[in-house]
Order: sequence, then structure tokens, then C-alpha cells
Amino acid sequence: MATATYSKAVNTSPYYSVQLRRFGTYSIITLLTFAVAFAFLLPFANMALMSVKTPEQITASATGLIWPMEAAVFNYEGEDYTIYNVPTEDGVVHQWALVNKGRRTSEFVDPANPDAGLIPWEGNWRGLSEVSSLRPHFENFGIAWDMIDFPLLFRNTVTIAVIGMIGTLLSSICVAYAFARFPIPGKNMLFIILIGTIILPSQVTLIPTYAFFAKIGWTGTWLPLIVPHFFANAYNVFLLRQFFMTLPRELDEAAMIDGANPMQVLLRIIIPQSWAAIVAVGLFHFVFAWNDYFNPLIYLLGKPNLQVISVGVQIFNYQYGPRPQLVQATSLMALVLPLVIFFFAQKTFMRGVVITGVEK
Amino acid sequence: MATVDQISATAARGAMLSAPQGRATSLAQQQRRWGWIFLSPWIFGFIVFTAAPVVASLVFTFTDFNLANAEITFVGLQNWQKLFTDPLTLTALGVTLRFAVLAVPFGILMPLGLATLLNSKYLVGKRLWRTLFYMPYIVPVVSSVFIWQSFLNGQNGWLNRILTMVGFDPPNWIQDERWILPALILIGTWGVGNAMLTILATMQGVPTELYEAAAVDGANAWVKWRRITLPMISPVIFYNLVLSVIGLMRYFEVPYIITYGTGRPGTSAYFYNMHLYKTAFTYADMGYGAALAWLIFIVSMALTIILFASARHWVYYASGD
Repeated sequence: MATATYSKAVNTSPYYSVQLRRFGTYSIITLLTFAVAFAFLLPFANMALMSVKTPEQITASATGLIWPMEAAVFNYEGEDYTIYNVPTEDGVVHQWALVNKGRRTSEFVDPANPDAGLIPWEGNWRGLSEVSSLRPHFENFGIAWDMIDFPLLFRNTVTIAVIGMIGTLLSSICVAYAFARFPIPGKNMLFIILIGTIILPSQVTLIPTYAFFAKIGWTGTWLPLIVPHFFANAYNVFLLRQFFMTLPRELDEAAMIDGANPMQVLLRIIIPQSWAAIVAVGLFHFVFAWNDYFNPLIYLLGKPNLQVISVGVQIFNYQYGPRPQLVQATSLMALVLPLVIFFFAQKTFMRGVVITGVEK
Repeated sequence: MATVDQISATAARGAMLSAPQGRATSLAQQQRRWGWIFLSPWIFGFIVFTAAPVVASLVFTFTDFNLANAEITFVGLQNWQKLFTDPLTLTALGVTLRFAVLAVPFGILMPLGLATLLNSKYLVGKRLWRTLFYMPYIVPVVSSVFIWQSFLNGQNGWLNRILTMVGFDPPNWIQDERWILPALILIGTWGVGNAMLTILATMQGVPTELYEAAAVDGANAWVKWRRITLPMISPVIFYNLVLSVIGLMRYFEVPYIITYGTGRPGTSAYFYNMHLYKTAFTYADMGYGAALAWLIFIVSMALTIILFASARHWVYYASGD
């Protein structure tokens, strides 16, 4: 062992240069990825910082520091005075509050010892720098929360998303099961039609669907946002069918011989083996419904009590555009839940994307 | 006698045959019936929410149909003629197609580049990067529009501060007719997650023997990527290309929200679907709205057909199917 290491060490130059080059390649690729990711995600940082600023801080940070800085003040005899860095003759820089401004001499007070009274100082106070400190205003979220009535929007959105999720799961599981297991005449043709609906532009069905919902009095209710999901959709059926096809038929057949009907096979054999795919479909729908903007826009027009978070945030932000901190705070509030779900279930999520996207 | 024998023999044979056969057909029939039962939600949904509306919207194109007074009168080809005389329709179609020409290459090259980077064997922390690049795809469109609006702001947006710092004279993106489409493309970069993930997964599935064989032949990294990776992943590139073209023909929410529904400055961001939305829902002109929908449907289908026709020249299917 010792000799082997030794002989390697003797034989240095080509070996180390290869290692060095490999290390170099690792660093370059990783740094490049870091740089791209940094640029890619920079708008998030902008949003997060802006959401905790005051309008004055936003104005100040347009040219100065990006952090939510605020000048420190000291309350002296009932008034707030700005604190400056004041150099004195003894070479010490004091942090004093400026009380009386003057061109040649100004009077300061020492916040550490206000009882000592005013301290005269020679020089132009305009040349002094303010003492500022980091002061994020997290209360912006509270303000936005109340103004937008976040609990109401949250409740509405979650209700619509969960009922739709149940609908799409019930229907898509059944339809996928039909495509995966049953000898239906013309099944291939039907499956092609199903997949074809993915590339059908949704505009072409929009107007009659809207007219139909208006005719039966469903516009201005949640029904147009929920009911269509009870009739399966191509992506979900495709994902579930691909998954069901990988399950061994032997188990189905064994259950059939024991007298189970197809419904029982679905409930006892297929579904228990397919949780990964079912959870993926459920999550996809939840995130889709949470993020959906167009359907609530047209169907919940003029119904603020029924409104969902996406349109709610947009309407609010159109009204409060001059208060960008609230615009950014509500944007952040709207994206927290989908992002948390994604981080907890990212494996399931990304595998689902790969199944629907790659296996066609 | 003989005949009776024959008859009874035939009957017996018939009974023998028909008993199992009868059960077999009834079992197959039963299976088929169950199949239709399980399929029925989609069949019903397809008829009610897809097939019937497609046909109905075609019928609507020949009518003057205002939802407010619910009166339908047939006007023949008037709506179709209007499509080609209404300057706004042509403008909006132009904006959409021009944007598509810019956005489609971007929508393929960027996820392709990211996937190549994430597929590199020299990258440390692959899973983390993959999650980070995918993440913006999950952000609700409303949030991402407002986040980008602030980031692209001409006065205090970070992008312009950075560009100024490195010596550029940056435009006021969203307020500038010439820069709003590039701004929308920047916003669109947050939507590349899906394409990146599918391309990456396909890249990971390329058999390593191919690379080994190429290495023996002395191929460098670029040649391997160009001659092996790219052809092997061409089906998934094609799939993403189709989806991205169709997605662009549906493009609505980002320009609608960021321009407050106006398509300003000028008509530079007046996308086709904003025109459609305005016609059908603001002016409640469902007949002309349906004609607009059918026009974009035809354009969309034509582009899809062109893509499928071109596929045979550049998409490589390993198994030949």
C-alpha cells in the first residue's frame, strides 16, 4: 500500500494535471450553472425585497442600496431627529442626532447621554453621512392580507381546486382503466382522438361553452370551473394509462377468477398499486386550478365574493399599482402554496412530467 | 331414423359447442360493456365540452349572435369577410405570429441548453439545479407577471440597474414598442421547466454505448452532442416544438395582465387572443368572436400539419415507428 502510494506520488506530473483539468471542468460547469440559475431567479429576490419596503425605501433603493434601509432617528424631547456619523477633533466618530441645523455650526444630542444636553459642532452637517440600518417592513404582508381579503380568496381557490381534483381523479382513473384493460372496439382510434384534444386550440370551444353555461345560468358560479373536470382530461388519462399498463395483468386475472368484478379489481388491485401516479395527477390538477387565471376571469366576473386568488391578486394590483410593495407582497402570497407543494412532492411531480412528455 | 339421429347429433354437437362459446361471448360482451361504462365520462365530456362546441362555434361564425339579447340571426359569410377587412384582426394576428417567430427558437434552445448543462457529468448538485430551474414553472402566471413587471421597471428595476452598471443604455421594456416583445420573451423563460425536464429525461435515456463507440472513434464532446445526443432526442424536441407553437397560438394571459388588457404601447402587444377576448366578452359579439376563434384554429392546425410534415426529415425514431 505504502509503496503504491509512494510510486504514484513519484509519478506526479501527468496524473495531477489530469486531476487538475478535471477539477477545472467541474468548477467551470458548476459555476456556469450557478451563474445561469442566479440570473434566472433574480426576479424572485427583487420581489422578496420590494415586498418588505416602504415607498420611501423603494424610491431610495432605485439608485442606492437594494436593501430596505432606513435612517436611524432619535427621539429627543418629543421630536424625531436623524442620527449622523459625526467626527470630532479627538478623532472619534460619534453617532449623534442632529437637532439644530446650521451652515457653520450645528447642535447635536448624544442618544447615549441625552441629559448632557446639546453639543455644538463646527462644520457643515450636509457633509455628514446618515446612520442607516436594515429595517424590513414585514407588516406589508399583514396590510395586503387584510386589504385583499386573503382568507376569502384562499378558501374559494382551495374549494374549487379540491373539488375539481376529486372530479378529475374519479373520471380520469376510470377512463384510463378502460383504455388500459378493456377490449373496446375502435379503442385505438378513440385514444388518438383523446390525445388529439391536447393540440386542439381551446379558443375554438370557448364561445359556445361560455354561451352554454350562460344559458343554463352557471356563469357567476363555480360550476363552470368544477364540473368539466368530472369528465376526464387527456393529460391525466394518458399519465394514468401509461402507469396502469405497467402493472402485471396476473393480479387482475387472479382476482377475476376469485369472482371480483372489474370495479372491485380497480378498487382493490389497480388503485393500491398506483398511488404514485394518482398523487401526481392530483397535484397537477391542484396546481393547475390554483394558477388558472382565464376561466375565473370570464366566469366569475363581478362576483368578488366568489373570486379566486389569481384574479383577486390581479384586480387588487391594478388598483394598487402605485403601491408596488403591496403588489409584490400579494404576488408572493399567491405563489407560496404551489411552491411549498412542489418542494415537498418534487419527485412525484417531475416524474409525472416525464411520463406524459417523454413516453408519447 | 337417420334424420332424427342426424338432427339430434347436430343438436348435441351444437349444444356442446354453444355452451362454452356462449359463455365466452357473453364474457367478452360483459368486458366490453364494462369498458364502455368506464370510458363513458370521457365520451360524454368529449361530446359536450369538445365536439359539440367545435361544431357550434363553426355555426356561430355564420351568425350575428349577441349574448346580451340572446338573438341569433344568420348573416352568411359576413363574419368571415370581416376577418380580412378588420385592421385590428390583421394587426393582432401579425403581433402573434411575429412573437411566435421570436419565441419558438427561444423556447426550444433555452431548455435544450439547460438540459445539456444539467446532463453534464461534471456538474455538482444536479438535483438542486434541476429543481431550481423547474421551479418558476409552478409560479402562478399572475404572480410571475407582477414579479417581472417590477424587475423590468424602467426606473428602479434590477435588470436596467445591472445593464446600466455594465455600460448599456437599457430600454424601458414594457413601455417601449420595440422592446415589449423581447420583454415578454424574458418573462417566458420562466416557463421552460417542462420542456427542460422532458428533454433532460430523454438525454439521460440515450444508450451510453453510443458515446463509448464515438469516443473510441475519437469524437470530442461537441461532435458527440451534435451527432448522437441531438438526433437521439429529436422526438422530444419535436414534441416540445408542437406544444410550444400551439401554446403560442393560445398566448393571452401574460400580455393581457402586463398591459392592463390594452395591448399598449400602440398595438405592439395586442395579441390575437386579446382581440378575441375583447370581441367576445367585452363587446359580447359572439358571432364574430367565433370566426376569430376559427381563424386561429385553422392557423394553428396548418402550423401543426407543417410541423408533422417536416418531422420525417429531421426527427429520428430509433425503432422506426
